[in-house]
Amino acid sequence: MIKELLSDPATRVILCCGAGGVGKTTTAAAIALQAADQGRKTVVLTIDPARRLAQALGLNELSFEPHAVKAVPNLYAMQLDMKRTFDEIVLAHADAERARTILENPFYISLSSSFAGTQEYMAMEKLGQLLASQEWDLIVVDTPPSRSALDFLDAPARLGSFLDGRLIKFLTTPAKAGGWAITRILNTGIQLFASTISKILGGQILTDISAFVSALDSVFGGFRKRADETYQLLKAPGSAFLVVAVPEREPIREAEFFIDRLNSEGMPLAGVIVNRVSPSLAPLTISESKELQKSASPALRTALELHIENLRAQANEERLIKTIKTPALVRIEDAGGEISDIAGLRSIDLAGKSL
Amino acid sequence: MSTAPRLHVVTGKGGTGKTTLAAALALSFAQAGAKTLLLEVEGRQGLAPLFGRAELPYREVELAPDLWGMSVDPREALLEYIEMYYKAGAAGRALAKFGVIDFATTIAPGLRDVLLTGKAYEATRRRPGNKSGSTFEGPWVYDAVVMDAPPTGRIGKFLDINAQLASLAKVGPIRKQAESISELIHSTMTTVHIVTLPEEMPTQESLEAVDELRGLDINLGHIFVNQVLEEREFGTFTDKIDTVVATALRKEVSRYTNRLARQEKQIALLDELDVIEIAHMGEEISFEILEFMANGLREA
Repeated sequence: MIKELLSDPATRVILCCGAGGVGKTTTAAAIALQAADQGRKTVVLTIDPARRLAQALGLNELSFEPHAVKAVPNLYAMQLDMKRTFDEIVLAHADAERARTILENPFYISLSSSFAGTQEYMAMEKLGQLLASQEWDLIVVDTPPSRSALDFLDAPARLGSFLDGRLIKFLTTPAKAGGWAITRILNTGIQLFASTISKILGGQILTDISAFVSALDSVFGGFRKRADETYQLLKAPGSAFLVVAVPEREPIREAEFFIDRLNSEGMPLAGVIVNRVSPSLAPLTISESKELQKSASPALRTALELHIENLRAQANEERLIKTIKTPALVRIEDAGGEISDIAGLRSIDLAGKSL
Repeated sequence: MSTAPRLHVVTGKGGTGKTTLAAALALSFAQAGAKTLLLEVEGRQGLAPLFGRAELPYREVELAPDLWGMSVDPREALLEYIEMYYKAGAAGRALAKFGVIDFATTIAPGLRDVLLTGKAYEATRRRPGNKSGSTFEGPWVYDAVVMDAPPTGRIGKFLDINAQLASLAKVGPIRKQAESISELIHSTMTTVHIVTLPEEMPTQESLEAVDELRGLDINLGHIFVNQVLEEREFGTFTDKIDTVVATALRKEVSRYTNRLARQEKQIALLDELDVIEIAHMGEEISFEILEFMANGLREA
């Protein structure tokens, strides 16, 4: 399923999503590498690679643009830095003086570096830029490890509606009229708002907020429009979502949330990848093993004991995997260690383990 | 006056079983007779299923004898805060209408974390009959408060409340509140436990978190190494059995011993820390397993 997907010239974007700690980054890198091996010019956009994988991909703290991965023709990698991406937008749209004011504003710093959703938004923003450049046969996106499955789809719209919203309109108006003059405020709701804010947080905060939003408004006008475009981009033909999981209860539950959500939004779910699945075991059932134990040497008996446990664990895994409702499912065997080099990525069998 | 830790912050890399460990730790306190509050702060509703519930509400509910739990929601906490300090329900509603609550709990730097830790602070210091008094002298309503905290990657920032708020509120009650919370977090009343797995990436992240917490002068508690495989001796067998079966069985054995070797190497890296190893329990965590873990923790 993935093999076909990544070699199909119609596939332009593959988005890997799933909970944290399920091997999403590694999977995205393996997909990109194997597409590049087939001659497709591919870029993988990763969020937070483990140090050694980052090294293998030639990523370091300064590499925020796609660059060629050594020793792998056609493969490019880049790391997303949300603050930097945000800063770039500001610098691109505002004159030097105004940009400086924005970049130093405490609310801007917080929004650009720690607001849940900014990372998702920026990943989409970068994806849009990469697509628009027309340079790539395939773009593989390793999505941020969202706190919940829903954040990833919600965040762009949420950030957009926030920045375009009523609060911003309100906050920017008095700022343009010469500061936060309570006398200019029109109704009691607003008055309560302003006085409560200044009581709780101190008056200086109002100046900061209004400076922040008025500056941002000029730079990021039409935020919601861009969020909508991003959203449409994900639905467009050529995009494919892969949900990544491991055969444990929580990650499978997260994967199910994702699948439901993608389906209800009409997003193209291509399939589910289950990482770290038990490797193939000796062809011996539990009862056969028990029977064999009766006449076995102590060493064989211990080995069979382990085999029985492995069978039970595998049955448990399968029971969990069977609950996933997906058009396609790929099981990838546990590699028995961290995958952190090109050879390791290449050895991941994306065709999946046969049962 | 007791200086034993009463606020237990549990962190760990995603997927290490941080939430399960937080629940097991809280249950172990409760089973030892300490009235305990278990707090969830990320809105994931990960604790609820462990106690056979669909979700935990934003109020304290009894989960087991002497064990209470709640899920702290920053929006609710802010509204509660506004009502408590200003007796102004109308103000809260007006704020909600203008999207200010969303703004404050998502964008205002550090405010969200102050609100989330604020609940733990309040519960840790709560005294019978809501009497006020010194921050550090009981008697207390809760003997222990356990927080299922954000993951290791964010824990330093989350607990370093003061630094976070510095750019936001320079005066006012939130500032004051942050200072009190900060005092509690840096005192001997608070301890941070890290949950990890005997694998490379989680071990690395845990060591980074240890450095960060030490740098912030925050008390480090236990390092819970979860899902530790049992040490086993496997001999070599020469029984006359089908060779395909024999080869496959030997492979299963060597896979296990390789994992043991990897595990040993990772645990050795945590050498100087207060490590508690938790045996691998299988995938489904039921309340019975939770109780079993709690028992083990009590003995440790």
